Parts: sequence; C-alpha cells; structure tokens
Amino acid sequence: MDEFAVEMRDVVKIFPTPEGGEVAAVNHVTLQIKHGEFFSMLGPSGCGKTTSLRMMAGFEWPTEGEIYIDGTAMGRTPPYLRTVNTVFQSYALFQHMSVFQNVAFGLEMEHVPKKEIEHRVRDALEMVKLSGMGRRKPKQLSGGQQQRIALARALVKRPAVLLLDEPLGALDLKLRKEMQLELKALQKEVGITFVYVTHDQEEALTMSDRIAVMSQGKVLQIGTPVEIYERPNCRFVADFIGETNFLKGRVKKTDEDLLTVELLDFPREIKGVGQGNLAVGQEVSISIRPEKVRLEDDINDDTAPYKDSDNLLRGRVLTTAYVGSDTRIIIDIGHNISLIVWEQNHISTLDPQAYYTAEDKVVIHLPFENTLVLPEG
Amino acid sequence: METDILKPKRKFSLVRALREDSAFQGIALISPTAIYMLILIILPMILVAVLSFMTRGTYGNVVYKFNFQNYVRLIDPIYLRILLYSLGVGLATMVFTILIGYPLAYFIARSPVRKRSLYLFLILLPFWTNFIIRIYAWIMILRTQGLLNTVLLNLGLIKVPLDILYTPAAVLIGMVYEFLPFMVLPLYTSLEKIENAQLEAAADLGARPLRAFLRVTLPLSVPGMIAGSILVFIPAMGMFVVPDLMGGAKTVLVGNVIRNQFLTSRDWPFGAAASMVLMILTLAFTLYYTRKAGFGEELLV
Repeated sequence: MDEFAVEMRDVVKIFPTPEGGEVAAVNHVTLQIKHGEFFSMLGPSGCGKTTSLRMMAGFEWPTEGEIYIDGTAMGRTPPYLRTVNTVFQSYALFQHMSVFQNVAFGLEMEHVPKKEIEHRVRDALEMVKLSGMGRRKPKQLSGGQQQRIALARALVKRPAVLLLDEPLGALDLKLRKEMQLELKALQKEVGITFVYVTHDQEEALTMSDRIAVMSQGKVLQIGTPVEIYERPNCRFVADFIGETNFLKGRVKKTDEDLLTVELLDFPREIKGVGQGNLAVGQEVSISIRPEKVRLEDDINDDTAPYKDSDNLLRGRVLTTAYVGSDTRIIIDIGHNISLIVWEQNHISTLDPQAYYTAEDKVVIHLPFENTLVLPEG
Repeated sequence: METDILKPKRKFSLVRALREDSAFQGIALISPTAIYMLILIILPMILVAVLSFMTRGTYGNVVYKFNFQNYVRLIDPIYLRILLYSLGVGLATMVFTILIGYPLAYFIARSPVRKRSLYLFLILLPFWTNFIIRIYAWIMILRTQGLLNTVLLNLGLIKVPLDILYTPAAVLIGMVYEFLPFMVLPLYTSLEKIENAQLEAAADLGARPLRAFLRVTLPLSVPGMIAGSILVFIPAMGMFVVPDLMGGAKTVLVGNVIRNQFLTSRDWPFGAAASMVLMILTLAFTLYYTRKAGFGEELLV
C-alpha cells in the first residue's frame, strides 16, 4: 500500500469556453490525501474542486500532471477500472431499478456471486439505516433517503476512496446537519478515505480531518479545520472561512515575535501575528474575527494604542442584534470603518443595562495573538 | 339557519362563476377540447358503429335495418388472412422504425445542444412536402429503370434490375419511410432526458459502455419506444395509400379493404363493420402492449 490514498501532482485541467477560448478549471494543483482521512475540498463555485474530484473518478482526464490512486498513476484509466466510487450531487440513482437493484448494480458488474450480493446489499442498507426499503423505487423515497441509497450504492463496492460531490447540497438545513454527523461517524466506522467536495465552510469544518481551500483553480491552503480557521494563510481563506473584519495596512516592523503594521486608512499602529513571509513595506490585510475581541465601556480618555497585550480601538455602537447565544454589534471606529463584534451572552438576565445599545461609546480590545496579519490574495 | 333564509338567493352570473367557481372554471377550460372531440371523434365513431349494423341497398345506399350480417361476412378466411397480413406489416414497420430510428435518436440526443434542433428540423423537413408526392419519389427511386437500379447497374453490382416496386418489400420501405419520424421523436425525447450523471454513475460502479447501455440507457428509453410504437403501429394498420401505390394490386391491407368498401363497392355498412373490427383489434393490441411494458408519458409530448 502506498503512503497516500490519492495524490495530485501538478494537475492542470483546461476546458474550452463557448466563446472559443480556454479556461484552466484546475491550475497546477498538488495535494496528498492520506489513507483513512476525511479530506474536504472547499471553495466557491468555479474554484476547481468538482473538476478535481471528477478527475479522481475518471470522468475527466488531466490536461497536464498526474493523479495517483494508491500509488498507481491513473493516466486515462476509465472510471469502470478505478477503485474509487462516487456519490453524486444529484444522487444519479437509477430510477428504473429498485433500491436493492441500485445497490446491487456495482456488485453485479464485478460478477460477485448472487448469494454474496444479497448479503452485502442487506448489510449496506442496514448501515445507512434503510433496511426493508429494498423493494421501493428511488422516487418513492425522500431526498435524505435517496442520499443514503447513493451512499450505500457506492460503499457496498468497498472502494479504496469514496468521492462525494456536495452530497448534502439538496437537503434542508436540519437534515444536512444530522447527515454531517452521521457521515462523519460512518467514515470512522468503515475507515475508507473520503474526499468531500463542498462550498459550505461550516460543513467542511464540522466533518473534515483536513481541508484544502481552493480558489480559481488553485489550492490556497491545506490544513486541519483549526489551522484553517485560526491561522489562515491569506486574506481569501480568512474571508471564506467564517466571518471576519479586515483592516488594510502596511508592514512596518518584522523584527519582533509580533509584526507591527501601520494602518492605511488612518494613522495607527497595530500588532499582530504574521502569516507567511511578510516583508517591511508590504501591503497586508489585518483579520479580526468578531468573536475574538473584547468590549469595554469607554470611561477614560486614554488614547494609547496598546495596553498590556491588546491593541485598543475606540468606537461608537451603531446597531446591535440580539441572536440568543450572542449579540452582534456593529461599531463605528471612525474614518468610515466599522467592525462587527460578537459579544457572548454568558449571563442570563433581562436587565437592558447588561447589553450594549446604539450610541454607546466602547473600547475594543484586540489581543495581539488574535490579530492576524495576512498577505493579500 | 336564519341568515340563510334571509340571504337573497343570488342569480347565476357567468362572470361570477368564471371568477369564483373552480368547478365551472374547469368545465369552461376543457369545453373547447371536449366540443372538438365530440364533433370530430366521438360522433363519427358512433355513426360508424351504427352504420356497421345496417345493410347495403341495391344502389349503394344504406338501408336502416338492424342486423349482424356485416360482422358474419367478415368471418371469412380471406379477410382473416388480410387482417393477419396487415398485422404483420404493421409490426414489421414498427420493428424496422425502431431498428433505424433508435441509433438516429441516440445520435441526436448525444449531439451538442446547439446541433440538436438542426437535426430535429431535418427529421421533420419531409413533412413540408405532400405525402403522395414523397411516395411518388420513392416509386421513381425503386422502379425497374429507377435511380436505385441505374446506380447499381452502372456500378456493376447487379446484372439484372431488381424488382422491388410492387412487392411487399416496397410497401414496407414506404411505410418505414413514412412513419420513421413518429418513432424518432418520442425516442429522442426519452433519450435526451437521461442525465449524463446516470451514465457516469454506471461507469463509476464498474459498467463498461455496452453494459451501461443495456442496463441503463435502454431501459430508460423504453417509454419512448412504446410511445413511438403506438404512434407507428396504429396508423400503419389503417394505411392504404402506400400499399395502393407501391404494392400494386398484389398487396392488400385492411386499410385497402375498408377504403374499397366505401369508395369502390359502395358498401358503407360492411366498410363500417371492417373499420370497427380493425379499431377494436388495434385498441386491444395497444392496451396489451402498454400494460405489458408500462405506459410512457412521452406519448403526451
């Protein structure tokens, strides 16, 4: 067994456009997916994640580069000779076949003996909690159930890698959340490598061991959910995963543990953690997650930029929105810039004094280590 | 209760009924079709059914005297043979239109979207010319000194001209030609609807292209095939122009018998009886066929 379940080496995929031009859907992508890993490819539509998945499945062939599955170069191997199986976004169930026949289809193609097929199909249906549905037609089932059939149909083949193309995209939110946890548990149970394509960052964070964030045909960052969220390596990743505030700046000093950045919009210095190699003078984005700041009533007239370990910004509350677990506050810090801050409601009270309201003067504490200095991109 | 009595009974108002009464709206919406069907299909059919129990007068007029004589006359080996022969021609037409039409429909359905409408247009193009004229064109092609024989003779492929015209083969060629679009269009509709993801799923699960075709594409196109078969078989059974012009006197189908009763023998009651029998047999066959293989909504297209 090779070290990696799937490997993409410098893969390029070029499609002709209807106007007669060319577009690189996948642009020099290199990544390695380990055995037994739940690996997500995350990005907005058109970022190349689905094309990458389709190349692993064999529906498309790379224009350049090579894809390895279990260490074997795939080249132009057709889908029916690959040891991977796909769960399609539209499920692509065979409407003219019963649920049982759908799940049995892949095994029949392998000429598995009839007795064993029956046995394995029954196990697969049990695994996705659809025992006793074998005689139904796919159309008689709900969206969630159809999704499970598609999963059973692919898993019954015991593939080396299971490819999932936004499999939960058509389900409603509640069902989607349920299925996320179920899928994750299922993956741990069967131990098969999952490659999961999604544009839903929350879904990727919930389920994945590692995530590749893609944009415009390129992989921007590969890492665990914590790494991707807490230490994004560029502005795009920070923006795409979760919510954040950006301030524009220019690097002033790099000689300390923390970078010092001069803001572009108003004269101010901010200290933060730098990502990647940032040089003095380089233009950067400062990312401040709304839940990683602390608010304080503005009582004194202290204008010092730092205090202990925090950057300080003064502001005025514009609006607040109470959403239960926290209150979302938009704060005007002057110079036409406003920041979004989430204050956790960790005390249960009806006292209106306990909540910020519009026009309150506040000081925003941005701890240095929560202030990320990111290259543009 | 009291209010009911006090409320003045409103008079029927057409405007109000059209606006508020959903049952009335339904009737109003369907009535143009219903009237059309009544006048052009149901009334003539009742007329034919009634006629079939009457007798021919001495001068070809209809004598209104109820009897089963016409149906008794139909139980004759000659008519039975003609009927079976027609059935055979109808079925052969159906089979050949499937054999030729399927690859054609498949090709169109798998073409780039922009080219499909052009191909469909070409399929329908012959309908712009009169049917009789197209049949004469085929006579020109098939006759002894026709285009086909001239080409084959000049190429040295045959020594003696082929005698195709005025044989059952010529009738079959004419019928298949005429009814091919009726098979291609529903088949195309069926094939075009098959998502590419279905074929990808089949390949993904290990099916080679031929098996994917047999297990996925073919079964999914059955509704179109049934619809096409009905559209071809029913009119083929009643066809009389093609056997008349291309089959010579040798080929007589049910359609010719009926036509002759009405126009040549002027025995309308007997022709009506033959029509009724043909209709009932065709209906029975169609019902059996659709029950057996499932009914496709493609028929509605």
